[in-house]
Amino acid sequence: MAGKTTRQSGERAKLGGALDTQVSRAFSPGVVHPASVISVTRLTLDDVEQILELTTVLEREPVERRSKRLAHRRVALLFYESSTRTRTSFELAAKTLGAETTLVSALSSSIEKGESLKDTGLNLKALGAEAIVLRHPNSGSAQLLAEATGLPVLNAGDGMHEHPSQALLDLRTILSWKLGDKLLRGKVKVSDTTLRGVTVTICGDIFHSRVARSNALLLPRLGARVLLCGPPILLPEIAAELLPEKASGHIEVRRDFEECMRESDVLMMLRIQKERLQNLQLNLSEYVAEYQLGPGRLAEFAPKALVLHPGPMVRGLEITAEVADGAQSAILEQVTHGLSVRRALLVRALSAAKKVGSA
Amino acid sequence: MKARSKATLIRGGRLVDPANRVDALRDVLLADGRVSAVNAPGKLDLAAKQLGAEILVARGCVVAPGLIDIHVHLREPGQGYKETIATGTRAAVAGGFTAVCCMPNTIPVNDSAEWTLWMQAPERDALAAVFPVAAATIGSLGETVTDYAQLKDAGAVAVSDDGKPILGDDVMRQCLVQAARVGMPVIQHAEDTRLTGGCSMNAGPLAFRLGLRGYSVEAEAGIVRRDLKLLEELDRKSKATAHLHVAHLSTAAALDEVRRAKKRGLRVTCEVAPHHFTLTDAAVGNYNTHAKMYPPLRAELDREAMIEGLLDGTVDCIATDHAPHAIHEKQEEFDRAPNGILGLETALGLTLRMLHGERGMSLVKTLSMLTSGPAAVMGWKDRGHLAKGARADVAVFAPDASWTYSAENGESRSRNTPFDGWKLPGRLRATVVSGVVTSV
Repeated sequence: MAGKTTRQSGERAKLGGALDTQVSRAFSPGVVHPASVISVTRLTLDDVEQILELTTVLEREPVERRSKRLAHRRVALLFYESSTRTRTSFELAAKTLGAETTLVSALSSSIEKGESLKDTGLNLKALGAEAIVLRHPNSGSAQLLAEATGLPVLNAGDGMHEHPSQALLDLRTILSWKLGDKLLRGKVKVSDTTLRGVTVTICGDIFHSRVARSNALLLPRLGARVLLCGPPILLPEIAAELLPEKASGHIEVRRDFEECMRESDVLMMLRIQKERLQNLQLNLSEYVAEYQLGPGRLAEFAPKALVLHPGPMVRGLEITAEVADGAQSAILEQVTHGLSVRRALLVRALSAAKKVGSA
Repeated sequence: MKARSKATLIRGGRLVDPANRVDALRDVLLADGRVSAVNAPGKLDLAAKQLGAEILVARGCVVAPGLIDIHVHLREPGQGYKETIATGTRAAVAGGFTAVCCMPNTIPVNDSAEWTLWMQAPERDALAAVFPVAAATIGSLGETVTDYAQLKDAGAVAVSDDGKPILGDDVMRQCLVQAARVGMPVIQHAEDTRLTGGCSMNAGPLAFRLGLRGYSVEAEAGIVRRDLKLLEELDRKSKATAHLHVAHLSTAAALDEVRRAKKRGLRVTCEVAPHHFTLTDAAVGNYNTHAKMYPPLRAELDREAMIEGLLDGTVDCIATDHAPHAIHEKQEEFDRAPNGILGLETALGLTLRMLHGERGMSLVKTLSMLTSGPAAVMGWKDRGHLAKGARADVAVFAPDASWTYSAENGESRSRNTPFDGWKLPGRLRATVVSGVVTSV
């Protein structure tokens, strides 16, 4: 008997009664819609170039024409966390393209009743959503939603993981400062030398920051030198490992902010997330003394650097009002670039062929 | 009324019986639930005929003692939607296992003689032998030690708060002392939960990039170090030697602690799970919850250390930590999804592939990790080997024939495995439990 019977998966008889569990066909592990933007690591430099080109095209397009780009298309904004800039930015981006948007937030939906992310996504899809913009407190949630729905998912921040549209808008802000009008002529070439010679300091709570991760994972691929700066408790040494494979630039973990400033063309300040400080042994006044970007420090160590902040800012903590509102600040330009970049991401998501491919 | 098991002659196979240092062509005659004779090919034909034995042709196959897994989660009572004792033991038999030790983190926690007996009752419809591991503390809360003598009388073979560590020094000391008195091992889930809050994968570059909090090596090694210190202190004082067994060891650092303690003569044993010597944390990829378990998949140097530990004998046995979860539970956000993967149906294949195939470990030594090794940890004399008089528990498999594992067609009620679709060596031909051929 034993010699004859083969044990093959498909035809092997059940030992006991058949178990009638069913695998959900809706779920495809590892497979996401190719126009999703979940992590900057999955955008090629060509993708980045095309996104930036499309951003400029849309920006320069007559309002009449632009407002028909996504007419009658449906975009769901699924926000499990509070947000001002990102939510409004995506919403206005969609609306100025003519799309219909619906906002689902955690407090006013069945999410409160314990509905899973997968089910929420599938229901939005059943209601006609063609793309979902997701903000969520758990790292990896955008990947999960994309796998579960097969829809293009735009990650508007997932836990401590990534905030790819922020990195793209930061890149555009840096390029606009570097290139000026050339950017508007739509002739930006994105390659591994685009940011050669540019040093960017990202300062503050790197550990908890999805903005820091997306920027550190993107900018060195264009040749930038990224200095991650902060105290060990907010910036473990392992952060240097964020450096993407085959990156032409590099990443350094640094502790001395003033030294970083001296070497930097761009200073990106991150918010100190007070809600997380309780569990951390961080002395706030010491932090301010060492890492706050104030006018004196800026004038002395980086009088020409561009100052960025993804917001929300805590004025008087990581940055002072003088600097935030000062001449070197491009903080509001970032917000404007954000609207433009997100328009491009939405057009890209909704004009891609409606087929699911491997990411 | 129990049907009398009939006699079976396993004929023409290559007997690999690590405990008895046998690796030779031998026929094995089983009768009345025991091994009645082992002899050269053909020499038992007459005896078999007299007994009216059925013949199990094992030509080209390895005939090994039934595999023993001392670390599984069968989910009953309380979570039958993940697994039941019936489905879990069917998965065991499908993987060549004839005896399993089931962990007490059920709902309710198995901290009583009643539940220990319930798990072993015939109504559970178990296809393999089930040995409950009872909770080391009431409710596995880590505070009050349970009644070990009573639990042992009810059939418990060890105590553990698996899923959680026994954190308090005093409580752990009491557990070791009480267990030593009744001759049971204390199985420690070595995780310093004071360091692992919010963690969901191994601390390392990938965890940092994915924005997931990392479970450090120290969170495991620290507890192992503490336990060994307690063991050493007790050793000097008491007469009954306490036996510490470290569950699902995953780090090079913790393994080194065990290695050194063994050299000092302490009574410590440990197990390693197939996934920890097969995969690294790279398998988490883009938040693959089927690569999420505790302890987590580690770095390459840790994986390599697990193999070294198996090769040099520091590791006493392989145990799967078979941990079924329903589909919907694993389709959650990574840090919210439950820990654990299936193990019973892939353990033999993975072990053969990684140790025998890739590292050239002899079949005798490879199989000892799944037979005599776990039996020795549990102190079982009549399981894990096939000398005359041993339990008629046998696994028959073709060592070089490959097969493809399909979670969907598996016997477990759940499908949470990173090994779906893997081609593995060691196609199982038969599993014999107490003389009864239950799987082909």
